[in-house]
Amino acid sequence: MVVSQEQLTKQFNAYVADDKKIEPKDWMPDAYRKTLVRQISQHAHSEIIGMLPEGAWITRAPSLKRKAILLAKVQDEAGHGLYLYSACETLGVERDDLVADLLSGKAKYSSIFNYPSKTWADIGAIGWLVDGAAIMNQVPLCRCSYGPYARAMVRVCKEESFHQRQGYTIMMELMKGTKEQRDMAQDALNRWWWPSLMMFGPSDKDSKHSAQSMSWNIKRFSNDELRQRMVDMTVPQAELIGLKIPDPDLKWNEKKGGYDFGEINWDEFYEVIAGNGPCNEERLEARNKAHDDGEWVRKAAMAYAEKH
Amino acid sequence: MSEKKNNWPLWEVFIRSRQGLGHRHVGSLHAADAEMAIGNARDVYTRRQEGVSIWVVPAEEITASSPDDSEALYDPANDKVYRHPTFFDLPDEVNHM
Ligand SMILES: [Fe+2]
Ligand SMILES: [Fe+2]
Repeated sequence: MVVSQEQLTKQFNAYVADDKKIEPKDWMPDAYRKTLVRQISQHAHSEIIGMLPEGAWITRAPSLKRKAILLAKVQDEAGHGLYLYSACETLGVERDDLVADLLSGKAKYSSIFNYPSKTWADIGAIGWLVDGAAIMNQVPLCRCSYGPYARAMVRVCKEESFHQRQGYTIMMELMKGTKEQRDMAQDALNRWWWPSLMMFGPSDKDSKHSAQSMSWNIKRFSNDELRQRMVDMTVPQAELIGLKIPDPDLKWNEKKGGYDFGEINWDEFYEVIAGNGPCNEERLEARNKAHDDGEWVRKAAMAYAEKH
Repeated sequence: MSEKKNNWPLWEVFIRSRQGLGHRHVGSLHAADAEMAIGNARDVYTRRQEGVSIWVVPAEEITASSPDDSEALYDPANDKVYRHPTFFDLPDEVNHM
């Protein structure tokens, strides 16, 4: 019996709407496959580029303990990138092509990593806020309709809470320190707060991929819902250690049981996506250099494998 | 511009999480040879003592059944309900069976 494309799509939509899982060899609409390849590869690239702002502080961490912790954290992010590339490859794309798209600047990655990490407190802010936002995004993805992506997310989420805690405790320690150290922590929060909220993507009314992704059970909550949760979760954490959220419009709203907060600077958001953030060029250059510098190793390993 | 493709083959990774359990598929990775694949699998998939034993298999060596064949493969089991113990009605007096 020949089943039309339309019927297959209908069956597929009903199947995923029923919260069932899709595995690599199952039939899926082209658009579903493309959406996943785009999302998973962008996610993988973000993990890889995300190592750069933090990696910059490994040699300058203030103690051996913090150096070892940061090293392990950054290594985890490399691992996350690899779990995700692996999941993406089950959709019939090749790792080398994904990497090439990142290196050429064709592929996108999370804009947050185009901001500089200026002081040690930034490492605190990144772990606390950036990994915090990542957790918020990733936990629902553990139930995503595409099996390999969901399984990769389970592994990632198991590792993330260490990341967030190591960041928050850096901020905690600084806030118990001298005036200079407390100012440094506050300054880091001031610079990372808004970009962290931007990590959830455009507001719902401008989010072009959201509705389709929700109906395919790739996405479970809207950008604005997740952003609201992030604010509600983070504000008390900041207050507890004496940090002030840099938002004059931030106010508890009893009726909605959450905080009202100020408008995000969307012009900045789109500028950074367009490649005009403070570090876009630097990040790609660093990634390309690392890739090129490693080329002889990859070639030598292949030559050795062919001989033996 | 340098050649961006490295063409290291893809390996599927299976991990035994502890003695007494079977190996379980955890994902894949690229490596030039089997030895490197084991080393990479250790770094990527067992950073928190998730395993005590690793298998790596070249992905192209795996033969998988096709979802299109699932009717032919699995449906025949549907009408053999007597394979399940609940198929058999026993008197209430019978214990330990
Ligand atoms: Fe990560
Ligand atoms: Fe992380």
